[in-house]
Amino acid sequence: MTVRDPGLTELKFRDPGRARALAGTLARVVGDIGRDRVSVMHVCGSHEQAIARFGLRAALPRTLDVIMGPGCPVCITDVPEVDEGVALARQGVRVATYGDMLKVPGTSMSLADAQAEGARVEVVYSVAQAVDAARRSDEPLVFFATGFETTAVATAAAVLQDPPPNFFVLSAHKYIPPVMEIVAEMPETRVEGFLAAGHAATITGWGVFEPLVARHRLPVVVAGFEPLDILAGLVKLAELIRDGRPSVENMFPRCVTKEGNLRAQERLWRVFRPIGGRWRGIAHVPNGNLRLRDEWAHLDARRQFDIDLHRLCDHAPPALVEACLCGDIMAGIKAPTDCGLFGRQCVPGAPVGACMVSSEGTCRIWYQYGGHPELGGYGAVCAR
Amino acid sequence: MCLGVPGKVIDVQGSVATVDFWGVRRQVRLDVVDEPVEPGDYILNHVGYAIRRIPTGEIEATLALYEELLARADADLMAADIRGEIQGVGDDRA
Ligand code: SF4
Repeated sequence: MTVRDPGLTELKFRDPGRARALAGTLARVVGDIGRDRVSVMHVCGSHEQAIARFGLRAALPRTLDVIMGPGCPVCITDVPEVDEGVALARQGVRVATYGDMLKVPGTSMSLADAQAEGARVEVVYSVAQAVDAARRSDEPLVFFATGFETTAVATAAAVLQDPPPNFFVLSAHKYIPPVMEIVAEMPETRVEGFLAAGHAATITGWGVFEPLVARHRLPVVVAGFEPLDILAGLVKLAELIRDGRPSVENMFPRCVTKEGNLRAQERLWRVFRPIGGRWRGIAHVPNGNLRLRDEWAHLDARRQFDIDLHRLCDHAPPALVEACLCGDIMAGIKAPTDCGLFGRQCVPGAPVGACMVSSEGTCRIWYQYGGHPELGGYGAVCAR
Repeated sequence: MCLGVPGKVIDVQGSVATVDFWGVRRQVRLDVVDEPVEPGDYILNHVGYAIRRIPTGEIEATLALYEELLARADADLMAADIRGEIQGVGDDRA
């Protein structure tokens, strides 16, 4: 386990004065709300990385809970979707995907396991690389496409760039706004407001959250990834909760506009249509999955290959997976430390659940940054 | 996978730009960027595609966070994600 360097404390904020002021304001506003517990959720792996990495939780008021929701695209890729990729690879088809996906467990195996058995699974950093690889041979190549709207935009662009006929897409792309609705509707939810991810909103614009706010009367604040951006976002969110003012506020204007990137949206929706589907461990999310439109059936791997999922069912699922709490963690009901496997049977080198696989998974982040993000002494730069 | 990385545009050929990321030159596609991009501009790259032209007044603030992150150890998750994003940009044109 990584031991945090106490010397990091002074480096954590480029502007400790502002951080201290923001933390003070946050404590005051949360105090004004006057309840034992106020819970807000962010929906972004990069937010959790920054919060854990910069020891931000130690600077937060004790009564404020900042929960990481389903913001890690790898973690919410559902088991049957992984199975489709694994089945294709084991049927002898070349499969290319992002590196984060390799170790994500399917029903009986991950893509890395399939690779170890001789299947051809290749890691690419960009869909453009997968297209190039397809172009260099005549063999079919399936790009297993995962990620939220920010990443789906790249896949859409590649589809529109006239890829070679041996290039196919297996889309497991997901769309974030609908899952926020699902979390808001969960009966056991404690979430009183959302901190939305700056870069996803770069594409969709902050206007996309207005229906959610109207329907559930929960405030949404769009925030960037700087520790100061996050603190400022939390202050704004706490103010909206205190004042009972559910609205959308944009605290990341240097990247996000109301309309978002219209050019990217136009391409995204020309290639994909939203359909309902499961998010791993969370729920069925109406309109949460992005699938290729009929117009692109000729490069849709689901329609062009006979994906044989039955052969995978011969293997019993690994028993440990049953104990994994990823779903409850992403729904904000449990924390990684509630899982008996955390840091013992489940570690980054041998992950049991998807949340331990990705650099944006809650369990992985908590493990790397000290096992528990309530990093006591390391938040000294901000007075409680 | 979601962080995105800022880089400086060196050259533009059609819908592909050569972009400098802390000394590493990579090709970035411009298909989905929100505004026209010229040499000298900064863009935010995500998996090999520019998703936004960074307005001039905001370049410094945007770069600063990344510099701070990149200065950290190899094992750092955020630094690793940024390096991954820089790799993500296709062929090395350095
Ligand atoms: S520690 Fe591992 S098994 Fe436990 S919830 Fe996290 S990913 Fe799942």
